[in-house]
Amino acid sequence: MAREIYQAIVDGILVGGVYALMAVGLTLIFGVLDIINIAQGILVILGAYLSYELAARLHIDLFLGLLVTVPAMFVIGVVIQWSFIRPLRGRERTSMTLLVTYAIALILEGLLYQVFGPNFKQLNAWYVTSSVHVFGFYLPYIYLFGFALAVALVAALYALLYRTRFGRSVRATMQDETAARLVGIDTNRVAAITFGIGVAVTAAGGMVYGATSGGFNPNSGYDLISRLLAIIILGGLGSIGGALAASVFMLTLEALVDVWSPNWAIVVFYAALVLVLLIRPTGFFGRQPVRAQ
Amino acid sequence: MSGLAKRSAKFAWPLALIAAAAVFPVVFPNPVVTNYGVFTLIFVIVASAWNVFSGYSGYISLGHAVFFGSGAYALGIAATDWHVTGTATFALLPLTAIVGALIAVPFGLVALRVRRHTFIVITIAVFFIFQLMAYNFSFTGGSIGVSSPFLPWQAATYNNPFYYIALGCAVGTIAVAWLIRRSRFGLQLRAIRDDEDRARGLGVRAMRVKLTAFALSGAVTAVAGGVWFFYLTQVQPPSGFDPLFDLSVVLMAFLGGLGTVSGPILGALIIEPGQLYLTATFTNGYLSEILLGAVFLAVVLFMPRGIVPTGGEWVTRMRTRGRPAITPPAPVAADAETAEARQ
Repeated sequence: MAREIYQAIVDGILVGGVYALMAVGLTLIFGVLDIINIAQGILVILGAYLSYELAARLHIDLFLGLLVTVPAMFVIGVVIQWSFIRPLRGRERTSMTLLVTYAIALILEGLLYQVFGPNFKQLNAWYVTSSVHVFGFYLPYIYLFGFALAVALVAALYALLYRTRFGRSVRATMQDETAARLVGIDTNRVAAITFGIGVAVTAAGGMVYGATSGGFNPNSGYDLISRLLAIIILGGLGSIGGALAASVFMLTLEALVDVWSPNWAIVVFYAALVLVLLIRPTGFFGRQPVRAQ
Repeated sequence: MSGLAKRSAKFAWPLALIAAAAVFPVVFPNPVVTNYGVFTLIFVIVASAWNVFSGYSGYISLGHAVFFGSGAYALGIAATDWHVTGTATFALLPLTAIVGALIAVPFGLVALRVRRHTFIVITIAVFFIFQLMAYNFSFTGGSIGVSSPFLPWQAATYNNPFYYIALGCAVGTIAVAWLIRRSRFGLQLRAIRDDEDRARGLGVRAMRVKLTAFALSGAVTAVAGGVWFFYLTQVQPPSGFDPLFDLSVVLMAFLGGLGTVSGPILGALIIEPGQLYLTATFTNGYLSEILLGAVFLAVVLFMPRGIVPTGGEWVTRMRTRGRPAITPPAPVAADAETAEARQ
């Protein structure tokens, strides 16, 4: 039992890293654009399918394929932001943007079903099927590589946000959009690029998800987005550190409950969200009170 | 026009519509057509009920399938356990309303503490909790779901009792929605939508008002779920707790006009038959999904306030072409007179 629990904790942390990557994109988009991108889940699945196609047809290694899929997803993100989200203004913008991204998720899901069908696919490579044995734990290579990739990309995002001029304009826009525009920041450009970056990381997240989840189909997007939403709310909307902490916390919790009962693991996931919000409506690292209108 | 005539003229349109809806199955007895009628009326109920809470208060709920599915399951489980069959099952519908309200109160107490994005996300999370519970509990029958025995009615007229039950519920719901909109309670809800903090400052007990509307909306949605289950005689976790359901209902209200009484009805009358037709025409359901999303995008981008408010504006503009919509105040009128005199 104790062994299983330790293994669950290790698994939870490793998988949590991958979720962190996807959640950081979502929370970054929220911070800058003040919208929640419901399509994030299906975009992850789209990223997984892109990797699948590259691997199956052109025999490109999954990690090498990211060099193609990440820029492709970036472009998709910028196009979505530019054509559907930028035009929305006014009082109902919050609900409108949610509904628009939900509609985009539906369209993408339908298109993916049309192209790939409902059968479950899985990404395959030598490191998906073999595992390494350290300190008595069996760790599939993909978990390690995926975690390393997640850490590297999150670090790169941090560097981009805190060490570059562009990052400074992003953070300024997050703090106060009007003031940012006053000091000469092109907030429209910042918004488009941020949305692109937030979507681009789903390419990497999708690749690792597709290799570790034991099969995905277009419907998996719902499961993903509901978990990601729980994570970013728990971490505090717009807080990148919060998203990292909440991913690891939630996935570890889920893995621990999974030892006891796989059926209830995912329920505990949402129940934890509800409980935390009862005590602290801003989440762990709430940047601003979520109650404020 | 005298006051009485004016008032009765106001009721003429709704009464004519109800009469038309009542004779609909007599004029079109084909079960294929009445089938469309039953589903459309169920969605008229749900869209109106959703609008009473979300449209009036501005708290967009993407979790009303929680009530719909719970109503369906409650009716199914009760009918099976108590061996209720035939027309007597309709007597269980008030039970589904109670179940809906009982679920809405704790759900609301958690979700209504937060606003905007967080509220919407919590409704989605609760929705998934319910779907998962339906899969995992033993009394909900897991992925097989719950089913009730077929009713001993003839296929040719099978739909009619359901049609009239749904019509009755729809008329009742719309009447309640209309009364609420005109009432103090409705005004409090809309005050919360416009500025919750200011409404509280003016003495609106925001939590109580929101929770009442949420519970009412949930109860009515659960009844619709009960009728829906009874009609289909079966419910599974993905059909009772369907994410597309949530989105369709929101789309109906947005298309017709959020917060208006007639908007959600109009939206349901347009969307639901369209969806049924597409599903029947194209055997794979994906195309209707894509189209639903595309229509949604088009509505939000090009007619964000919905048909009823936008259409109302057009009508006013047509009627008042060439003159201002509002009678100008006195000094302006005097100016007009001098202008006329000058001519």
